[in-house]
Amino acid sequence: MTWIIQGILSFIIAVSFAIIFNAPRKKVVACGVVGMSGWMIFSAFTMVSQDQVQASFAGAFVVALAAHILSKRFKMPMIIFSVPGIILLVPGGLAYNAMRNIVENDYLTAIAFASKAFMTSGAIAMGLVFAEVLMQLIFRYMAKRKTVIVK
Amino acid sequence: MLNEKNDLAIDCCLLAGRLMIESGAETYRVEDTMTRMAISQGLIGTQSFVTPTGIMFSLGKDGSTRLMAIRLRITDLEKIALVNQVSRKLTTTELTIEEAYEELQRIASANLLFPFSWQLIAAAIASGCFLILFEGTVWDVPAATVAGGLGFIVVTLIHELTRVKFFAEFIAASIVGLTAFLSTFLNLGQDLNIIIISGVMPLVPGLLITNAVRDLMAGHFVSGVSKGAEALLTAFAIGAGVALVLSF
Repeated sequence: MTWIIQGILSFIIAVSFAIIFNAPRKKVVACGVVGMSGWMIFSAFTMVSQDQVQASFAGAFVVALAAHILSKRFKMPMIIFSVPGIILLVPGGLAYNAMRNIVENDYLTAIAFASKAFMTSGAIAMGLVFAEVLMQLIFRYMAKRKTVIVK
Repeated sequence: MLNEKNDLAIDCCLLAGRLMIESGAETYRVEDTMTRMAISQGLIGTQSFVTPTGIMFSLGKDGSTRLMAIRLRITDLEKIALVNQVSRKLTTTELTIEEAYEELQRIASANLLFPFSWQLIAAAIASGCFLILFEGTVWDVPAATVAGGLGFIVVTLIHELTRVKFFAEFIAASIVGLTAFLSTFLNLGQDLNIIIISGVMPLVPGLLITNAVRDLMAGHFVSGVSKGAEALLTAFAIGAGVALVLSF
């Protein structure tokens, strides 16, 4: 049950951000699906490994992968689909806790939270890049096979 | 005659580049689009240097070089898609360069944004949904929805008034914090922390973070670092705004 609720909520959030960032109207639902798949992978991974950093990497990887596939399918820039999906993975809670501890003069705890937030955003970045490299390799391979068959 | 045609081609490329940067496209995509458009017009060996604040575009050894300053940057994914379509049509010779230029000018002057009321509702709903995703209780949803909506109104209004993005975000974040504080004070909400976190989510610079990383990885260090700095400043503005409320 929680899974269904989480799926619906993450879909709604990604659609909302697609509206805020003014995605093309007909592609708003696709943005929602990308965001949902990213979040589902993220929360499944969090349950298995209990590590937010790895889960963020997996989530961002899936978001970028889905965005790439959709961008090839609809012949549109990939960024349209990836941006609303990435927002869901941003470590807002960690950054907030870091800020809160700084205000309360507890710098040691703040540094712990801030490093975790930094690691998480780094993992998101790496997930994006890895997916991009992988998709480029796959597309290049597919293009090569196509030309061989044509010949 | 040849020069006139080249002039139009440069204008067209620069306009496309400007529109894409203004709407928040990645640097490498802008360079790629401009080069493709130039090649479709028979201009080989063009050079471009794209930063978030300006574009330099040169025809190469014998041609002229132009500069285009960029002053405003928003997030408008639809414009990126439209410019991309024009460039695709130009390379498949579906459009002539004159038609493409007209089309780009039409895109430049059009306002394709969703109505503000839609954006506001979207921001409010997103805040409410984030609260549940962050394992908050259902009773806090109204507070988060109101906080997120108010924050979005304030950031848009103050940005219109002052044109200083960081100031607008700072004030909006403190309004979110204040709303959350008031709601817990009046017993309308329970967990202050989660309400604030979900309330500031619509202000998070998602596009900048994504683009900064992709630019850095593609080797566009100038744009990557400057976009990263913009994202960091925004994050600081939000953090400071929340901290202002928390410190009382």
